[in-house]
Amino acid sequence: GPLSARRLLDVRLGELPAWLPTCDFSPQGLLGGVQKAWSSYYDKYINVKRGGPAGISMLLAGYCLLSYGWNYQHISKISFLVSC
Amino acid sequence: VLHTTRPLHTTQQGLAPLPPLPEKGGEVRYGLIPEEFFQFLYPKTGVTGPYMLGTGLVLYLLSKEIYVLNHETVAAACILSVIIYGIKKFGSDVAAFADKLNEEKMAKALAVKNEAIKDLETAIEQEKKEQWRVEGRSFLFDAKRNNIAMVLETNYRERLLTVYNEVKKRLDYQVAMQNLKRQKEQDHMIQWVEKNVIQSITPQQQKESVAKCILDLKALSKSAQAAV
Repeated sequence: GPLSARRLLDVRLGELPAWLPTCDFSPQGLLGGVQKAWSSYYDKYINVKRGGPAGISMLLAGYCLLSYGWNYQHISKISFLVSC
Repeated sequence: VLHTTRPLHTTQQGLAPLPPLPEKGGEVRYGLIPEEFFQFLYPKTGVTGPYMLGTGLVLYLLSKEIYVLNHETVAAACILSVIIYGIKKFGSDVAAFADKLNEEKMAKALAVKNEAIKDLETAIEQEKKEQWRVEGRSFLFDAKRNNIAMVLETNYRERLLTVYNEVKKRLDYQVAMQNLKRQKEQDHMIQWVEKNVIQSITPQQQKESVAKCILDLKALSKSAQAAV
């Protein structure tokens, strides 16, 4: 289909610079994008009849990575002066 | 007026019935990495490609100290091992319990639906019976008309009888009146005649008649004695 109607995973690498401006980066557009992403994830991994641990474990892993990234600056400054 | 010939639910987007939920979620390996990633790398690197990528990535992060090993690493390792042990041991039981809850919910909903269908079917049958009964209305009305005609006839005859009785009573009264009048006239006349006759009997005539009677009696007694 047309470039503007495709999702991120369907865009080829060479078309990426051309695809980016067609995105809707207004607040409503970003919110809509976030909602679509969450609903597609939810329908694929959580809203099923017999799900497993994969649905929430991926969310928790993503949360761990995100919080590690936020606290990296603080963690990297390990103090060697521990009480020992 | 409901146009029953108009087709309903012709468009694709119908809110009901919803499509059923998928049975299983998307495939995920080791609980963290979706299967699509492995399939994505398979054409170029084969089966071991993602694992090599993962190992290389981990070693890079550790050696460059992008991932710092400290007390939190030990804590995370302990927590993760406990969690994985718990899931491996109790996962199937929890899944069975959740499936049972789901089954109960479905059974209840199905029971409600079947209940509703049964009630509607009985309602349909009763409606058909009522429609059949309507056909018998003509008989009902004929019977009622007959009843009413009979009641009218009875009433008419009763009144006829009443009229007859009343008229007879009046005529009887008239007849009784006439009889009474005649009788009274007769009695009165008799009395008057008797009174006049008694008045006309003078004392002289009375003595003569009494003497005559005594003579007659004597003669009779003589003839009676002679007969004995």
